[in-house]
Formats: sequence, C-alpha cells, structure tokens
Amino acid sequence: MKTWLTQHRAALTLALRRLRAAPLNSLLSILAIGIALALPSGGYLLLSNLQRLAQKAAPTPRLSLFLSIDSDRRTASELGVRLKAHAGISSYIFLPREQTLARMKKNEGLGDVIDALGHNPFPDAYAITPASSAPEAMEALAAELRGWPKVEHIQIDSAWVRRLDALLNLGRSGLALLAALLGGGLVAITFNTIRLQVLTQRAEIEVSRLLGATDAFIRRPFHYFGALLGLAGGLAAWLIVSLATLALRGPVNQLGQLYALNFDLATLGPVEACWLLFAATLLGLGGAAISLRQHLKQH
Amino acid sequence: MIRFEHASKRYPGSIAALSDVSFEVARGELVLVGGHSGAGKSTLLKLVAAIERPSGGTVLVNGQNVGALRPRAIPYLRRNLGLVFQDQKLLFDRSALDNVVLPLAIAGLPPREAAKRARAALDKVGLLAREKAMPIALSGGEQQRLSIARAVVNRPNLLLADEPTAHLDAETARDVADIFLDFHRVGVTVFIATYDDHYFEAAAPRKLVLSHGQLQ
Ligand SMILES: Nc1ncnc2c1ncn2[C@@H]1O[C@H](COP(=O)(O)OP(=O)(O)OP(=O)(O)O)[C@@H](O)[C@H]1O
Ligand SMILES: [Mg+2]
Repeated sequence: MKTWLTQHRAALTLALRRLRAAPLNSLLSILAIGIALALPSGGYLLLSNLQRLAQKAAPTPRLSLFLSIDSDRRTASELGVRLKAHAGISSYIFLPREQTLARMKKNEGLGDVIDALGHNPFPDAYAITPASSAPEAMEALAAELRGWPKVEHIQIDSAWVRRLDALLNLGRSGLALLAALLGGGLVAITFNTIRLQVLTQRAEIEVSRLLGATDAFIRRPFHYFGALLGLAGGLAAWLIVSLATLALRGPVNQLGQLYALNFDLATLGPVEACWLLFAATLLGLGGAAISLRQHLKQH
Repeated sequence: MIRFEHASKRYPGSIAALSDVSFEVARGELVLVGGHSGAGKSTLLKLVAAIERPSGGTVLVNGQNVGALRPRAIPYLRRNLGLVFQDQKLLFDRSALDNVVLPLAIAGLPPREAAKRARAALDKVGLLAREKAMPIALSGGEQQRLSIARAVVNRPNLLLADEPTAHLDAETARDVADIFLDFHRVGVTVFIATYDDHYFEAAAPRKLVLSHGQLQ
C-alpha cells in the first residue's frame, strides 16, 4: 500500500515535471483541448439558456377560445359557467368583443382598417389557463371545447413553445454529435502529445527497463501526463466558457429588457463544471492509454 | 550463480555471436571475460541479464532459466543484478543523485530512503560532492563511477560490468577497478568483461577468453 502510494506520487511528480519541461508545447496542447471542449460546453450552455428563456417567456401555456360572431352575451356567460365547472381548467378571463375592438384600434394602421369595416369584426373570447400544461392534456381539452355549442375556434397559444422545444431537442442531438467529435479530437491531441513524449523519453524508458522497471512503472507517468493534460484542458474550457458568458451577460440583459424580460445568462454550475473536468481527464487518460499501447511496443 | 549450458546466440542477419558456450560462475567469485573486439563479450553479459535471449542452449542465473523467463518476470530478475553498461546509459537530463535514485524508485522505495541510500552509493565511488551535477558536467571517469554507483545502489548479489575501465587513464582505471574489488571482498559475485586484466590481479580472478563466439 505504501509502495503503491509512493510510486503514484513519483509518477505524478514526473508527469508534472515533463509538462513543465516543455511549457510552450504543454500550453498549446492545453489550449487546443480547451477550445475543443469549450465548443460543446458553450453549445450546451446556449441550449439550456434558451430553454430557460422559453419557460420564462411563456410561463403557463394558454388556450384562446373564440365564440362565433353571432353569439350574444348570454351565451357567453353560460359558457363561462361551464368553464368554471370544468376540472381541466384552472382559471379563465373573459375578453368582451368591445374591449378587443378598442385595444386593436389603438394599433397603428389597424384603426383605419377597422373603421372602414363599419362593424366590430372581433368575437367574444376567453383566455383559458388549463390545469395541466402537458401537450397531450391541452390537445384533449382543446378538442373537447371545440365540440361545445357556439365555439368557433380554439387556439393553443403555447404552440411556438413546443416548436421551440422540438428545435431544442434537435439542437441537443446536434450537440451530442459535436461533443462526440470533439471528444475524439481531444483523444487525438493527447495521443499525439504522448507519442512525442515517448520519443523524447526514449532513453529514460530504455534505461528504466534495463534497471528492472515493469511496464506499469513506465506507463504510469504517461497516464498521469495524459490525465493532467485533459484536466488542464478542461479547466481552460471552463475558463473560456465562463469568460464568454460573463462578456455576453450585459448585452443579453439589455436585449431582454427591450422585450420586458428580466433574463440573466447562466454559466456552468458547479456540478456541470465537475462533469466537464471529469470527462476531460478521462478522455486525456484514454488518449494516453491508446497511444502507449501503440508506441511502447516498439521498444 | 551463473551457468551456461551449450548456449549460443545468433543475431538476425549475422554470424553466430556466441556458439556452444558452457561455463559456471560460483557465488562470490570474481570472473573476467576477455577476447578480441566482436568476440561476444557484451553478448554474453546480455544473456545473463535477459537483455538478449539465447538462440540455443540454456542460461541459468540463481537456478532460473533466464532464456525462458516470461516477459513479466524479467524486471524482477534485473532488480537483483547490478549492471554496468559498456555505453553507461546514464540519463543526461537528471542529476547524478537522481540517476542513482532511479533503480530504487523502480523498486518502490520511498524518496527519502532512496536518496539516503543513493548518497551512500555515491560516497562509495567518491562522487558525493558531485551529487547535484548533471552527467554532462562529469569527466569520463566520474561518469563511469556514477554508472557503478547506480549498479550497486540496490545491493545486488551479482554485479555485471562491460568494460568498466575502458577509455580511462591508468590511475582512474585503477580506482574504478578497486571499487569492484571491494564488492568482491564483501561477497558479491562479480562478472566483468574487460581487456584490462592487470587491474584486477590482486584478487586472483578466474579468466574466460572468447574468440569468435567460442570459449577458449
Ligand atoms: N544487436 C546486434 N545485432 C546484430 N549483430 C550484433 C548485435 N550485437 C552484437 N552483434 C554482433 O555480435 C558479435 C559480438 O558482439 P559483442 O558486442 O558481443 O562483442 P564484444 O566482444 O562485446 O565486442 P567489443 O569488445 O567491441 O565490445 C559482433 O560480430 C557483433 O557485430
Ligand atoms: Mg562489448
């Protein structure tokens, strides 16, 4: 146990010394890994921010119920009673047609058009908040309401949210692909760096073998080297992403204010950052292991 | 301690470097191997350390058939040997002390203990004052003594040396030879390939002579 600890500490020290021995090379490798990891991490962040934004912009999905234009106010209030009694509806607001007309008239340009019509083209309407916002439940509710007398049209206002959701799902698949590709890139970078390391340490490897070093002893510092490279690259990626979100936070906030949205751009949380570092370390280690299997054989 | 039974060695694409070599070295003996350049002296030592495998016959070290050793077992054989190479094989990117520490690190000794023992070995070859020097800053004789310190630091019971006194002036060569004689005196088996038999005469060594791969 003590020997085991000693040997691992020695390997770690050696790996650190080798990283420091060629600082420019190490720095460039770390930067390349950092950028390769920053891209999928940034993409992930973009998607999760968009999702948050979508939830914020449409906090509860709603249904709009339009009565037929010839229905009178009594029909409307009867409908209101039915809505109130319905278990699938949590709340509703009545929008009288006069009020809709007045609101629309205020719109630039629309006022003249409406005046030219000579009558009120808008029907009475209800804005309904369903009890459940699940798409299936909303579809079912809409279908039921469509069958009620004097109901002309039902519109699901959250349709765009769902379209965005579908788009986000697509984005997620694309992101997974990108992450896999760039993860492969990371493995390739460590693979090559370790290959060069094996070449420069050729004398050391040969002498160690002659002095009774096991394969494990010779591999260990290279494994640490790869893992450290990955870890440092992961840190670089984390730094890049954090700085980018920090730089974008101000402009995004301003943009949100234009749309009356109080939106703060989120950065990588501690758990996500840990996953990033863990994955980076693992990929670095993997690249080193594959490279060693290739290049140590030649001795 | 060492036993060759009809051992031969043929490198790929060359004539036999050793053919039908049989001899034995007893525990605690000092044995010199002589012979012209290309006679097979280095090859003989390499067979003992399992750096090369015999093409025929058997090579036994401590009763172990080293030619048939599994690759995983070879490191543990080498840890019990002290090896001084013809080309020394020092690592030029680490200090004298770190060169001597290497075999102990390989054996898994804690760094502090390893450094202590490495300093003792450096002291034995008269290099303690140069522990921080890089090998490139050492003279030929000092480099040779450094490689001996590295060979003996893990207290082997068998010491193999390939022309340890070559390219040294007479006085330095005598100092280096005396180090081996000291180890022989405390019971270590010493097996040396050399042209310079006269430096070792004090211990009345047994002599083997190779000629074109055959024992005379
Ligand atoms: N790795 C090798 N591949 C092919 N031939 C080799 C190899 N090593 C040695 N030989 C050949 O084997 C023969 C014996 O070589 P060896 O190095 O054992 O001689 P030596 O007695 O140590 O010579 P020297 O005194 O010059 O060191 C030589 O003919 C040499 O050319
Ligand atoms: Mg030789």
